[in-house]
Formats: sequence, C-alpha cells, structure tokens
Amino acid sequence: MSEKSASLLDPALIGPALGAAFRKLDPRELIRNPVMFAVEVVALVATILFVRDLAFGLDAAFSGQLAAWLWLTVYFATFSEAVAEGRGKAQADALRRTRSETLAKRLVGDCGGYEEIAAPVLRGGDLVLVEPGDLIPGDGEVVEGVATVDESAITGESAPVIRESGGDRSAVTGGTKVLSDRIKVRITAAAGSSFLDRMIALVEGAERQKTPNEIALTILLAGLSLIFVLATVTIPSFAAYSGGAVPVIVLVALFVTLIPTTIGGLLSAIGIAGMNRLVRFNVLAMSGRAVEAAGDVDVLLLDKTGTITLGNRQASEFLPLEGVRASELADAAQLASLSDETPEGRSIVVLAKETYGLRGREMGPLEPCFIPFSAQTRMSGVDIGARRIRKGAADAVVAHVKALGGEVPAELAGIVERVARAGGTPLVVATDVRILGVVHLKDIVKGGIRERFGELRAMGIRTVMITGDNPMTAAAIAAEAGVDDFLAEATPEAKLALIRKEQEGGKLVAMCGDGTNDAPALAQADVGVAMQTGTVAAREAGNMVDLDSDPTKLIEIVRIGKQLLMTRGALTTFSIANDVAKYFAIVPAMFVALYPPLGALNVMGLSSPQSAILSAIIFNALIIVALVPLALKGVSYTPSSAAALLRRNLLIYGLGGLIAPFVGIKLVDLAVSAAGLA
Amino acid sequence: MTQNGWGQIALFCVIVLLLVRPLGGFLTRLYSGERTLLHPALAPVERGFYRLAGVRPEQDQSWLAYALAMLAFNLVGFLVVYAALRLQGALPLNPQGLAGLAPDLALNTAVSFVTNTNWQSYGGEATMSYGSQMWALTVQNFLSAATGMAVALAFVRGFARRSVQGVGNFWTDLTRSTLYVLLPACVVLALVYVALGVPQTLSSYVTAKTLEGADQTIALGPVASQLAIKMLGTNGGGFFNANSAHPFENPSALVNLIQMVSIFAIGAALTNVFGRIVGDERQGWAILGAMGALFLVGVGLVYWAEASGNPIHVALGLDPAGGAMEGKEVRFGVALSALFAVITTAASCGAVNAMHDSFSALGGLIPMINMQLGEVVIGGVGAGLYGVLLFAIVAVFVAGLMVGRTPEYVGKKIEAREVKLTMLALLCSPAATLIAVAVAAVSPLGLAGLQESGPHGFSEMLYATTSAAANNGSAFGGLTANSMFWNVTLAIGMMVGRFALIVPMLAVAGSLGGKKRLPPSSGAFPTDGGLFAGLLIGVILIVGGLTYFPALTLGPVADAFATAAGRTY
Repeated sequence: MSEKSASLLDPALIGPALGAAFRKLDPRELIRNPVMFAVEVVALVATILFVRDLAFGLDAAFSGQLAAWLWLTVYFATFSEAVAEGRGKAQADALRRTRSETLAKRLVGDCGGYEEIAAPVLRGGDLVLVEPGDLIPGDGEVVEGVATVDESAITGESAPVIRESGGDRSAVTGGTKVLSDRIKVRITAAAGSSFLDRMIALVEGAERQKTPNEIALTILLAGLSLIFVLATVTIPSFAAYSGGAVPVIVLVALFVTLIPTTIGGLLSAIGIAGMNRLVRFNVLAMSGRAVEAAGDVDVLLLDKTGTITLGNRQASEFLPLEGVRASELADAAQLASLSDETPEGRSIVVLAKETYGLRGREMGPLEPCFIPFSAQTRMSGVDIGARRIRKGAADAVVAHVKALGGEVPAELAGIVERVARAGGTPLVVATDVRILGVVHLKDIVKGGIRERFGELRAMGIRTVMITGDNPMTAAAIAAEAGVDDFLAEATPEAKLALIRKEQEGGKLVAMCGDGTNDAPALAQADVGVAMQTGTVAAREAGNMVDLDSDPTKLIEIVRIGKQLLMTRGALTTFSIANDVAKYFAIVPAMFVALYPPLGALNVMGLSSPQSAILSAIIFNALIIVALVPLALKGVSYTPSSAAALLRRNLLIYGLGGLIAPFVGIKLVDLAVSAAGLA
Repeated sequence: MTQNGWGQIALFCVIVLLLVRPLGGFLTRLYSGERTLLHPALAPVERGFYRLAGVRPEQDQSWLAYALAMLAFNLVGFLVVYAALRLQGALPLNPQGLAGLAPDLALNTAVSFVTNTNWQSYGGEATMSYGSQMWALTVQNFLSAATGMAVALAFVRGFARRSVQGVGNFWTDLTRSTLYVLLPACVVLALVYVALGVPQTLSSYVTAKTLEGADQTIALGPVASQLAIKMLGTNGGGFFNANSAHPFENPSALVNLIQMVSIFAIGAALTNVFGRIVGDERQGWAILGAMGALFLVGVGLVYWAEASGNPIHVALGLDPAGGAMEGKEVRFGVALSALFAVITTAASCGAVNAMHDSFSALGGLIPMINMQLGEVVIGGVGAGLYGVLLFAIVAVFVAGLMVGRTPEYVGKKIEAREVKLTMLALLCSPAATLIAVAVAAVSPLGLAGLQESGPHGFSEMLYATTSAAANNGSAFGGLTANSMFWNVTLAIGMMVGRFALIVPMLAVAGSLGGKKRLPPSSGAFPTDGGLFAGLLIGVILIVGGLTYFPALTLGPVADAFATAAGRTY
C-alpha cells in the first residue's frame, strides 16, 4: 500500500479539505467530539479576552496570538477529518455518476413488454430487462439468462464476469454494465439502500457511525478532560491564597494543552482512514464495527482451494508400475491429456514435457478420437487406432481394465494409497488392458503461505482450513501449509457448528464464503467476508464484501483492523504522555511570579513565561498537523506477538510521547523568542 | 541514610512479601466458600449469624443489590456511631465523665470511621470515653475494613466470572471478612501487644507525681484491642491524640514493626487473591510489583529528604548527619519515621508515628502524592485493590489498543460502559480534594485553622482535604480542624471519596461479570509481566498524579524550593 501514501498530500485533495474544514467548525457538528468542542469554546473565550484587551488598550499581542493558535488547533483537527473524507469523496463521485443516469426497463405483463423508468423509482421485487450496453439499474438477482457483465465501476477489474440465473453467480450489482446477452433481473434492494448507495455512503464517511471502541475512547478522553477542568478551575483560588492571580488567558492555555487534543483531533480521521484503507484494498466493510472486530479475530476459517492451495491440482510425479518405464507412462498420460483443456490435463502435458522431453505432437494423421471426461465414467482418454488410452479415478480405471479382461497388478493399490495419504489425487493410466501406473496430482500450496500462517500464529490467531477433501488428504495438506487445524469433508452445517463452538469459548471468528449455503455461517461469524462474485444471500449475510473475490484477503483484513486499533492506541498514549512536558512548560510560567524559586521547574529553560505558554500552545496545535499523515496511513505494523508489539509501541509512542514535547516546545520557544513574538 | 536504616526497611519488605502467598491462599479459599483451618471452630457461629439475620449465604446479588446492601449497612453504622457520640455523657464506660460531642464533630467522626478514614478532628484521650472508643469506633474499625474487603472481592469476581449477573453476597463477604480474618487476627495481635507493653484496661486515668512535684495525668484505656484493628484494617484512628507516636500506643521497635507489617498484610495479600481468583497468580504479582516499585521510590525519597536535614539549619552550621529530627520519635529515628509515613499514606491507614507537618517539604510531598494517587500502593484493605484495578482498566484501555485488539483485561473486554464508570470513579477523589481546598483557600473559615502561612500553610490544607477524600485519615498537623467548616467539608470529602467511588466501581464489576471471558492468547495484551507493571505505574502517575501538579507546586514544591533558597514565611 505504500504507493498510495504518495497521494497523502495531493493538492487536489488538500484544496477542498481546506474549505470543508471550515464548515466543520460549526459547533453543532463539533459537539460530537467533546475534546475539540471544548477547545472551540475555549478559543471563543480567548477571542473575547483578546477583544477586551484591544478595547481597553491593554497589551493584546499575547492574547491575540493565543486565540489565533487555539482556533488553529480546532481547525487542524477538522482539517484532518476533511482530508480523510476527501480521499473517499473522489471515489464516491465517480460512483454516483453511474447511478444517476441509469434508465430501467421494467417488465410489464407476461408478454415481454417493458416501460422505461428512472432507476431510482424501482422498488424491490420489480423485474427488469437488461440488454447489451445497458447499465443494470439496481442490485438484484438474475432470474433468466446468462450475460457477461463489466463490473469495473465497482471492482476496478476490467475483465468481464459471467452472471447467470440459478447457482452461485446470480447476483448483479446496480451500476455495472451488461456486455452481451439479455438477462432478466429481479431487483432486491430499493433505491437508496443498494450496494452502490452503501458504498458511496461508506467511502464518503457521510453516514459514519462511531464504532464501539471509538465511543469508549471518546468517553475516556471526555473524562480526562473533565479531570483537567478540575485541575484548571481550582488554580485561581490557589493563586489567590499565594497572594497573586493567574490571568484567565493563561488558564485557558493550560487547559487546552492538558486535555488530549492530539488524539481528540485525529480520532475521526483515523477511523475514516481505516475504512478507506479497506476500500483501497477493494473490500467494503458494511460497518466500522466489523473493521474493529477484524482486529480482534482469534480464529480464521480459510477455504482450502484458492486460499491455501492454488485453485487447481497439478501433476507432480509419474509413478510407473513394475516393469513399466516411467517415460512410457508419461507418454501415455500425455497422449491421453492432449485434448484435455482442464488445468489438471494441461499440467500432465507440461510435466511430461519437462521431465522426459516429450513434446506435444501433431496427431492429425493418427486420427485420434478423444474421449472427454464424464461424471459417469470418471475417465477421459484417447483412442488412437485400436489403442485405447484411459486416465481417471483408480476404481473407474480398474473397473474399465477388468471389463476388458485385463489383470490388475497387486502393487497398484499400494501406490494409490500412498498418493492419497500424501494429500494427492491418484490418477491411474492404462493402455488397453495394461495398467501403466499412476500420475500423482497434487494440491499446490501457495508460495509463502506457510510463513503467513506463522505470522498469524505469532499474532495469536489460529488458522483452520476448511475443505471438502477426506480427512487423510486434508491432514496432509494442512501439515504442508502449516495451518493449525482443519475441518475435512466440510458441510455448511459443520462449518456453522465449528463457528458456534469457537464463539462459545469466547473467540472471535472470521471467514469468507460465496455460496448461498455459506450464508448462515457468514452471518454467524464475527467477521464474514462475502465474495463479490457470490450470491445475494451471501452478500447480505456477511459484514464485508470483497470486490476482488480473493479469499486470501481475509488475512489483510485482519491486518487492517489491527492497524486501525493500533493507530488509535498509539496516538492516545502519545497524547497523554505529552502532558508531562506541557505541565513543565506552563506551571512554572504561571507561578513563578508568586514564588520566584519555582523558576527552577523551568527545566526546558524557556525564555520567558509568555513565550513558554505560547510555545506549549503552538506545539500542541502543530503536533496535530504533524501527525495527520500517521493518522491517515496508520502506524507501521509487523506481525508479531502482542507482548512484542506492546514493547515496541510503548517505547515509541509512550516514551517518545514523554520526551518529544520537551524537545518540540523548546524548539518552538527558540523560534518564538527569536521572532520576538513573546 | 544508614545501613541500619536500609536494613530495617528491607526487613519490613521481606516480611510482607513472605506473608503474601499464605495469606492470599487462605483468603481465596475463604471467599470461594471452601473450608479453612478456622472453619471447625467458626463455621457454626457463621451459620448462626445467617440464620439470625435470615441471609441465604450462597445467594448471589446483582451489583445493584450488593451496592444497596453495602450502603444500607453503612448508613446504619453511621447513625449508630453518631448517636453514641452525641449521647456519650449518658452512656456507660465513661470514667472520666467526658461530655457528648458537638453535632459537627460527631458528624465528622461518624463519617470518618464508617468510611475507613479515621480522620480525627478530636484528641482521643480528651474527648472519647472508653465506651465510645469500644462500641462506636472500634466496631466501625472492623466493619469499615470488612466492607472494603467485601467490595474488593465483588470487583474481583466481576473479572473472574463469565456471563453471570451476580457479584457475590454482601452479607456473606462482610461476615466472613470479619469473623474469619479480622477478629481472629486482632485477638492474637492484641494479646501480643499487651505482652509487649501496650495497656488494655478499663480503669480511669492515673495521676502521677512528677519529679518537680507537679501532678501529671496519664491516660490509659483499652488500647491494645483498638491498636490491633487500627493497623490491620488500615483505619489509623489513634486511641491517643499522638497516635502511634505515643509510647503506650507504640512502646518499642518490635511493636512498631508489627504495626507496619499489619498495615500492609491484607492489602498485599489481596493482590494475590486477585491473581488466584482470575486463575493466574502472575496477574497479582504484576500489580504488586507496580505497587512495590512506587512504594520503594517513595520510601527512598522521604528517607533521603529527612536524612538530609533542613537546608536552613545546615546553612546555619548544624551537622546534617542526624537528619531532621523535629517531630520525630527519637526511639524510631529518621528511617523508621520515613518508612512509617510512606506505609501509612500508601495504605490508607493514617496512623502516624511522627508528625508529618514537621517533615521537610519533600518528605511531606510524598505522603501527599501517595494519597492523591488514590492510595493504590497496597492501599486500604480492599480499597487499594479496587483502586489499582480501576487504574489497570484505564492503562489497558489507553495502551491496550496498541497491540491491535480492542482492550481486554484478564480476559474481559473493556468497553464504553466500563470506561464511563471507571472515569466516574476516578473523578471522585480529585473533585473532592481540589474543590475543598479551593474553597478553603479563599475562605476565612478555612484559613482560620492554619498554623503556618505561605506554601507550608497551603500544604496543611491540601494534606487535610487529600487525606479525607482518599479516606486516609492521617493529619499533617498544623491545621486545627475541629471547626464547623472543616468538620463538614472533610466529612463531605470522606463520603465522596468512599461511596461515590464504590458504587460506580461495583457497577463496573456487574458489567464485567456479565461478559464472556476470553481465553488467554498470545495476541492479547499481556498483563502479567514487568512491561504491564511499568505501564500501570506510568498511568497511575500521569492520570492520577498530574491532576494535582498545580496544587502541589504551590504547596510542598514551592515550600521545598523556598527552603532550599533559605526563604521562610
């Protein structure tokens, strides 16, 4: 994702954000963020004090500067939110254009007539006709026909996909374009609540609800602010006892520096940026809650095919019977596979070529007759003249050979068994009545997946492989891939039961699925990622949709969820740790007139009390801007155990948060006094 | 600072540490309803009490029912003490014929003993009859301590239980704390104290002829029995005005050691109880480790400050080697006075064996900070544990996110409700302290009680309001607190500091208890090691301590710098 970070300071985004940030200063909107609302109130007080100073001819330079910086503090916070939202807005605008211009052909009566109406008028249950070149007017299900559909508006993927009635590829999305053939679609979502609408709302952050953890954090920050109200409002009385007074403008400054403005200002930007990171990953979370839950996941249920193994099995070895040369077996297997366009078949041709130098040959003159695979025979092959070559499932080929009156060597069963035990699929090859040997078809475990699972294990996440294979095969692949557990011969019911069992133990479970029969499990899982290619039922049941339909992404989703929470925690810790230095800047400045020896507390050696206070306020405002990129990008994250993460982040953001402001305030003070501002 | 001094501090720490596991094991068995060594003798008595009161001992209460039972019980306790003190003149066991207390003093004292504060606006021997000491004050010493232990247990259960509504039964917890822990231990301790020279008598005061031929009244009374619970229950209310600096209330170094150990014993053991009940003793040790580190730093600073002597005296040519001995018992010296001062303020006890007002500015600052942190360094029996657990919740919430999961502590997710209630609880003590001192600092009524002016006078007020809100009860001295203003102000502080904290805290327990308990995982925030202990210390100091920074700066800190600069007020 690093290539995207360059766009952080894209002028095209910054410009509108500058304006939007102003509009967000509206107190009615700002009150949702208690910390920044408090700063705004205080900025207003400071402004009034400044006006008073001006009106009475007092020295207004100090109060004027403080007031200005307080307003900037609020503005920087709203700006960070506006920037975060702006990044989603561009995407939303493009989406919105596709929606508004769509016309729908609503079917009327049974004889195929239709009326043209605007897409937003459609209701759930309406039947519409979509012809080549038409935009599909709303989310729905194909009830008749097959079509190729360009879904690039949503997925960004330009290759068209097939949508057909019945089965697992019947869902269509409003705003996508039919390229060929006519389909009839039953609309499932009313205008305004369609997938596209939800997506627009999500990327814009318009309907953003605070997530549970965000609410809790807001309460904590408000509570801390209250404590610091107490600490500040009692000071005038203490000062009066000590025979002096503290100007209100100074109290105001102290209060603002103490309350957690850094995290308070960046909190919503962090949340929006987290959602946007998912969107850029082509994953749509239906709620922020789901993103947070992703960070908490304890168990990942991963489908074997496509996630752990490459989608297809590949030939990995020729195992000839005794008395058969390996090259003879390879030759027969290659011949039988020449017209076999399945990936398995192609892999046999390739393996024979690579290991025995057998090239695919022109067989035209031999007048071969290819026998395609069928579910009844479970074999395929080729007849070349009288020579009948067959390859297929062991029992099928054995039955075929026996039927022709051949002998089945005893050692065959052993080889077949060995291949199966190793997690492979044995493919028996025979020429006429003679069995030549076995081709070992193997599930190819994706490169690097073992390391990924190792990382997940370090993060405390258990991986469970879900497969329809028998337990023996499943165990072998599970061992090779390094998953922690597997569910073999998985049925939707078994999947659901497994999720329930884990959840009863207090664990959070994430899974992905696409079929209608996955829907109950998707709904039950804490994080259910539905594939964009999946059925409507699956998409409704999950709380995320993966537009690329890539099940491996589950791992990335967990990572993004964790990164979101870590960013929040890091900035909270940083913000609170900052208070120590701010006290050391302002408290001596405030009280040194009452008790001159307290000047010794000015450990930073700030040039004057006014400069100290101004520097603390300036640092406090600038740190928000300085941390905007971190809030938007998220803290860097390398998978490791919680203990290691905590040690590292506490060191950077805790200890760093303690030390950084001492340095920062001192530098600002040098600048302020050099410029003669205070 | 001497080797001997450090040796005594080390001896104290070792004894406390050795007590943690055995006592923790005993308490865990007791509160879990298992049989202990004492059951053959005491179980029938316990059952008799339940039958008498109509309590079903194993019936769980919701957090609200638990809190209401606790409040009702303490309200009755308050009324009984108030009445007893007002009517003292008419009640028996009053050989000196002491009169009943004024309403404001009776109010202050009743609140003080019910809240386990034991702030004393009065001098014991001149105000309280033997009867009042026994049935009003000593009884509350037991019951307020037992209340603290009960509430702490309810809180711990919130962490340990899964998906249940109840947090335990207040009446059972209260009865068991009193009957199996406090009473037997105090009987033994009282006998030991008597053997070591502490008086235990109902006879009237003795009049002695001094060498100059003058008459001297020597106050006596049932001291040993009150002394035992005063320490063990972290109450701290002295029988005599001079508290544990009085030779009858603290006759020897050995008695002094026993007193100090008994202040910490239950509080330290409760961390172990927490660990055992949540199923991992290391969780308890991590908390005790954080407490221990804060404690040792405090002791070191006070010892150093007191051993360095007063800079003004040193400037005048006095030898600093003897340390600052004003206000300290020669029998105990600098090390044991410093140690006692830190123990008593760390643990919500409030007994003193030296006058904190006479400590150097820094020496007086540490006890104040100890209390302002919420007395979470061991803390009052029960109160210390639930106090530190509230900080643990904040620590986990603030930094826990940094491991990339929503925060959880010992398997319980910390969510909006817990955060809200925890912040509410943590707000009580600063509010009570700072508002009270802010009012006093500008009120002639408040300033009237001050002995000193300048920053030291401010320290006297700050110490008093802090001590009340933290339910400590120790007095800095110097402030004449027996006035309507201070009696009422401090009574309010004590009530807020106790009950306004306990109620939301019990609500947290109820909320946690209703949650699922997550199994331990390497992806979860580790709270059983040094890293967490360090984080907890940071949060306690920053969240708990920074609130008081401005006030402390104008009090002890200004005092310290002024003294160092040779300035007096």
